[in-house]
Amino acid sequence: MSSAEAQTDNPHLAHHFESVEQQEESCTLGMWLFLAQEVMFFGGLFMAYAVYRYMYFDAWYAGSHHLNVSIGGFNTVVLLVSSFTMAMGVYFCQIGNSKWLFRMLGLTLILGIAFVGLKWWLEYTPKFHDGLFPGSGWGPKGHYADLANFKDQGALQLFFIFYFIMTGMHAFHMVIGFVILLVLMWMTKQNKFGPQRYMPILFFGLYWHFVDIVWVFLFPMFYLVT
Amino acid sequence: MSQHHIVTPKTYVTILCCLFALMALTIGAAKFHIGPADQHVYNLLVALAIAGCKMSLILMFFMHVKYGSKLTAVFATGGFFWLVIFFTLLFADYMSRIWNSPITPNPYGG
Amino acid sequence: MANDVVHGPDIPPRDYTRPEINYLNWRQTVGSWLLSQDHKRIGIMYLISISIFFLVGGTFATIFRIELLTPEGDLLQADTYNKFFTLHGVVMIFFFLIPSIPAVLGNFLIPLQIGARDVAFPKLNLLSWYIFMVGGTLGVTVILIGGLDTGWTFYTPLSTSYANTHVFLAAIVIFITGFSSILTGLNFLVTIHKMRAPGMTWFRLPLFIWAHYATSVIQILGTPVIAITVFLAGVERLWGVGIFDPALGGDPVLFQHMFWFYSHPAVYIMILPGMGVISEIIGCFSRNRVFGYEFIAFSSVAIAIIGFLVWGHHMYVSGQAMYSNLVFSLLTMLVAVPSAIKIFNWTATLYKGNVVWATPMIYAIGFIGLFAIGGGTGLFLGAVGLDVPLHDTYFVVAHFHYVMVGGMVMAYLAGIHFYWPKMTGKMYPQTLANLCAILVFVGFNCTFFPQFLAGWLGMPRRYHSYHEDFQVLNVMSTLGASILGLGFTIPVFYLIWSLFYGKEAGSNPWGARGLEWEVCTSPPDPHNFHEIPIVTSEAYAYTGEETLSE
Repeated sequence: MSSAEAQTDNPHLAHHFESVEQQEESCTLGMWLFLAQEVMFFGGLFMAYAVYRYMYFDAWYAGSHHLNVSIGGFNTVVLLVSSFTMAMGVYFCQIGNSKWLFRMLGLTLILGIAFVGLKWWLEYTPKFHDGLFPGSGWGPKGHYADLANFKDQGALQLFFIFYFIMTGMHAFHMVIGFVILLVLMWMTKQNKFGPQRYMPILFFGLYWHFVDIVWVFLFPMFYLVT
Repeated sequence: MSQHHIVTPKTYVTILCCLFALMALTIGAAKFHIGPADQHVYNLLVALAIAGCKMSLILMFFMHVKYGSKLTAVFATGGFFWLVIFFTLLFADYMSRIWNSPITPNPYGG
Repeated sequence: MANDVVHGPDIPPRDYTRPEINYLNWRQTVGSWLLSQDHKRIGIMYLISISIFFLVGGTFATIFRIELLTPEGDLLQADTYNKFFTLHGVVMIFFFLIPSIPAVLGNFLIPLQIGARDVAFPKLNLLSWYIFMVGGTLGVTVILIGGLDTGWTFYTPLSTSYANTHVFLAAIVIFITGFSSILTGLNFLVTIHKMRAPGMTWFRLPLFIWAHYATSVIQILGTPVIAITVFLAGVERLWGVGIFDPALGGDPVLFQHMFWFYSHPAVYIMILPGMGVISEIIGCFSRNRVFGYEFIAFSSVAIAIIGFLVWGHHMYVSGQAMYSNLVFSLLTMLVAVPSAIKIFNWTATLYKGNVVWATPMIYAIGFIGLFAIGGGTGLFLGAVGLDVPLHDTYFVVAHFHYVMVGGMVMAYLAGIHFYWPKMTGKMYPQTLANLCAILVFVGFNCTFFPQFLAGWLGMPRRYHSYHEDFQVLNVMSTLGASILGLGFTIPVFYLIWSLFYGKEAGSNPWGARGLEWEVCTSPPDPHNFHEIPIVTSEAYAYTGEETLSE
């Protein structure tokens, strides 16, 4: 059996694959299909967003001008850099530099946590505090008091519903990423990765870059409505 | 395993700089009103076009689609293609609803 | 190393000895089943699970069919009736129809048919079963703590603002179960792309594989949208915000768009694998190469794509724009073309064939007739003008039961009867099985044909009482349902009986072509093949000389 021969060569080859190439190609394809499913998952949200933006542009305009472009822009930079460090992580793994792989993963984690932290402390919390939480507690006040005069409060709430759900779903994906990053860092310490085994790093990179792409669209959609 | 393409740090740095530039561009573009005064769709189209460019850069270089098989490229773009279908037929409904409503020219009051 | 096993045009001799070690007995603890990553065992686990859900869904149907014997609502109160038809729909669609053929027969057969040792991701495959069971357990919880009464469609604002039942939990059920379907689809797509045996080119694949390829595309691209849709509806219900509530600025029609963007293609998730099974059976029992192989293969792909363009035909009377209605109506006519291509090609396969009336073939021929009626009446409903009076009448109920039960369940039963000897190594009593197949066909028509008439005359669906003029038709329908119920129950007994007392089936009892019959023992080896075969011939290379084994 060819698989038995190959198995003695490579402990990472699962029994049902005939060769390492077949296994790698299968896993790559599977990862991309997972991402295609993620595209549709976020895509549904973007479609609903598009419909209400089309219906209630005034509310979108008003809501958008009460989001902080500076924080959003800074966070965009943070996320783009974290994507870069992740890509560098893949590079260091491919050339077999475990030390720098570990550092890059750590940096990616720190930048990711910075993104979510900034979002939570500087964006979500003040909005909750000033009555921008959609639902029965809705009532813009304080920093957002002028939004209380907006004629169509229902439409305005819709803007903030989608703001919280879409950025929240994005942040949730990042938090899942943190957990996986921690596991990968631990595995790097155990010397599990190297030029012969970098697929897990590559796949996590794909996931992380995908989350980055989602933000690339979310940023102009919410912060830059003109 | 090493048949997989190794992208150099130089490429990654270049792409990161391009992404920063595009981000600055999209923030800058939002400061101007593009197109006729009563139309706001052109700003959206510009923003989407820039976001699309950023996405392509990330997909091609960070995510190695440029160096992968054609099949990967098909699967990577398939989801987006399906979203275009979804968007087209969805907006066929919303945009044509005002056509058969002689009483209120725009039912959404906007 | 050289492969000695070559799968070519000659039929290898049958192997009548039951292999001492096979996938069923090689490990015998409960844990070896519950933690098994073997696609065949996972298929069997799905078979048992969905049979239980079918029983649950069928029980609801039985009770409300009894209620509908009389025009008055005497057995069930209105809200109980609402719960029963809702739960019947939810259980049958999400826990029986969607997983039935892909998760049972697809899991079991795809690696066998393409010459692989397993699916690409066996652990994900097992995970998908666990996700399915978590969803199923929560679903049963919904039933036990008071049910759901929104209809399986969860239309807002009924589901989010007005229903007093367990909508939120039910939304979680749909969300979770969806991911089991996504994982199955992902696994199949990668398996079909990357795990084919040497020589198994795309156009040597059995049509069952093509059908599952198309199904998987829908599962991956459609299912996430229903997940996010029920997620939004759940958020709306939990926080009292107005995402789809017109009183708060939302648009309920948007919910319907998002819901049907998945749920219309989902009917192709249900029917396409059935069509795959029928292609296998028609080829085998007419002893002919399936006529127009490429047309059937590509029509599956065409259905998967065009199926995403027609969802608006569920929304003609929901406030969708008139022009949109016309576009969706036109596109709906298009999707009939690939379905019709399949019907014509199957029929052409029979021509000058050496037709054998074995049990699976009786089901398959029944499928063709019933699916033609179901699909044809779909065109009535797809025509926007005719849909307006027929919408929400029993005509719709009859139409989709002709497709779902007459099509899908017939195909599922056909598939189970066709592959049972392969899965278990045992043959069931065939005369009794033939009788049951006829019973199902007759019972089905008695149940649902009267509903076409009742709907055409204007009887609305989803009410527990009705005008007494409709009673004759409803009594006929309930009588038919009793026959149908019998037809569904007897196979459970003789199939279980066959496990213990059935004759040894041998490796290829039907004289069928394909790797799963010619290179595999019955039941198959734990690793499917002793050696991965090299394929040198087309699928369905029937000569007309094949015989059933005695």
